[in-house]
Amino acid sequence: MTVRGLSFHRGERAIFREVDLDIPRGKVTAIMGPSGTGKTTLLRLLGGQIRPDAGLIEVDGLRVPELGRLELYQLRQRMGMLFQSGALFTDLNVFDNVAFPLREHTRLSENLIHTLVLMKLEAVGLRGARELMPAELSGGMARRVALARAIALDPMMVLYDEPFAGQDPISMGVLTQLIRTLNDALCLTSIIVSHDVKETAAIADYLYLLSDGQIVEHGTPAELGRSPSPWVDQFMHARPDGPMSFHYPAPAYESELLLRDAA
Amino acid sequence: MTGPLERLGRWALERLTALGRANLFLLRLLGALGFLLRRPGLLVKQLYAVGVLSLPIILVSGLFVGMVLGLQGYANLVYFGATSSLGTVVALSLVRELGPVLTALLYAGRAGSALTAEIGLMKATEQLASMQMMAVDPFARVLAPRFLAGFVAVPLLTAIFTAVGILGGYLVAVVQLGVDGGAFWAQMQARVLLWEDIGNGVIVKSVVFALLANWIALFEGYEAHPTSEGVSLATTQTVVVTSLAVLGGDFLLTALMFGVW
Repeated sequence: MTVRGLSFHRGERAIFREVDLDIPRGKVTAIMGPSGTGKTTLLRLLGGQIRPDAGLIEVDGLRVPELGRLELYQLRQRMGMLFQSGALFTDLNVFDNVAFPLREHTRLSENLIHTLVLMKLEAVGLRGARELMPAELSGGMARRVALARAIALDPMMVLYDEPFAGQDPISMGVLTQLIRTLNDALCLTSIIVSHDVKETAAIADYLYLLSDGQIVEHGTPAELGRSPSPWVDQFMHARPDGPMSFHYPAPAYESELLLRDAA
Repeated sequence: MTGPLERLGRWALERLTALGRANLFLLRLLGALGFLLRRPGLLVKQLYAVGVLSLPIILVSGLFVGMVLGLQGYANLVYFGATSSLGTVVALSLVRELGPVLTALLYAGRAGSALTAEIGLMKATEQLASMQMMAVDPFARVLAPRFLAGFVAVPLLTAIFTAVGILGGYLVAVVQLGVDGGAFWAQMQARVLLWEDIGNGVIVKSVVFALLANWIALFEGYEAHPTSEGVSLATTQTVVVTSLAVLGGDFLLTALMFGVW
């Protein structure tokens, strides 16, 4: 995947300005940045759900923003996406959720679909949970089911939207290991957007750091850990204050309080 | 000075834009109906959800409305010795007006609001987005079956409401108040015309109301802000907008039926 000069605005506000990315085949690439920097928007741009104002997004030689709906849907059959909420269909049980893309896009017999679904569920450790409904799953289990569904059609690429957010340490460890193992075992290309530095840096081959609509730094986790940039240092080592201020921009504190008293 | 004018202009522009989006939504919905030829099972499931599950409220309401019509009609016609016309009064009221209008209003409250909440929540929980990312068109897979099921269900529910209402009127008038049963049915048969009354009322009106109720319900759900407040607002909007559209549409259709315009 190649991204060149990507710009995207929401109203007057620039979400991305001239963003360049290179995501190599077979690797785990992470795009990190503080909350609210548009990481999820970036995934939606890469998946063709929204169109950029300018720039090139190329996946496997196809220019995503220029594709018609049919071509885009053909491309998406080769892309899996794990949503932050899991986005499981609440009226279907675990088995039917994972079987959904197989039933929609293939003409396989129910016997074969059964076998494939069990294989995918086994890969995420939830073969025994196939009869459960999404409401009966914990957050971590829901995300693992969603991961099984995302790889149901054996995609070439999986996009992960904040896969570790809100997970307990065990689920986080399971997901971290799963993403790496699946990437290597299925020869996938994985793109993770996340703000969980430790977990992401542990499995990513390459990191991009996003701030204020631009890529501020990129490199391997080891290179970024040693970066001289104060911003990168603050983000990678989770320091509470630094170039990125703790305070949201506001008028001077004292003058605001005094003005209010005077009024 | 320009404040109110500016606000009015902005409001009008927003409404017009929403109307345009609603029309594009309907076109895309109609274009997706072909998918159901390949997956008729999806339609059957939704027919059960919006049609069969709406039957209890339609049956009970129809019966009560017919019984009230029988009572009210009898209380007035008895002064003129015209209680034998009760069958006609009950049937014409139901066939021309109350059947299609009340069915559409009840449908909006029972099934329309449920459709909006369901679609709105699917949007809020990213189920529609995940479907798109799995290369499945939500218009074909989710919206089209619900739309067609509602479109088929409302006219059928209207016919059932009307028939049960007439039965309710019969029970009160003939069984309870002693109106002659032969006169009740014979006057109805003579005065209620197949195409002018049943065709324009039960069929034409219910088809138009079916289109409005389902279009509005699905559009409001699809356009809902993906928050609990947004879904709640959209659900309320569905009931309010559908009620106004049905009552306004009823006036226009009735005026056309009587050749006023």
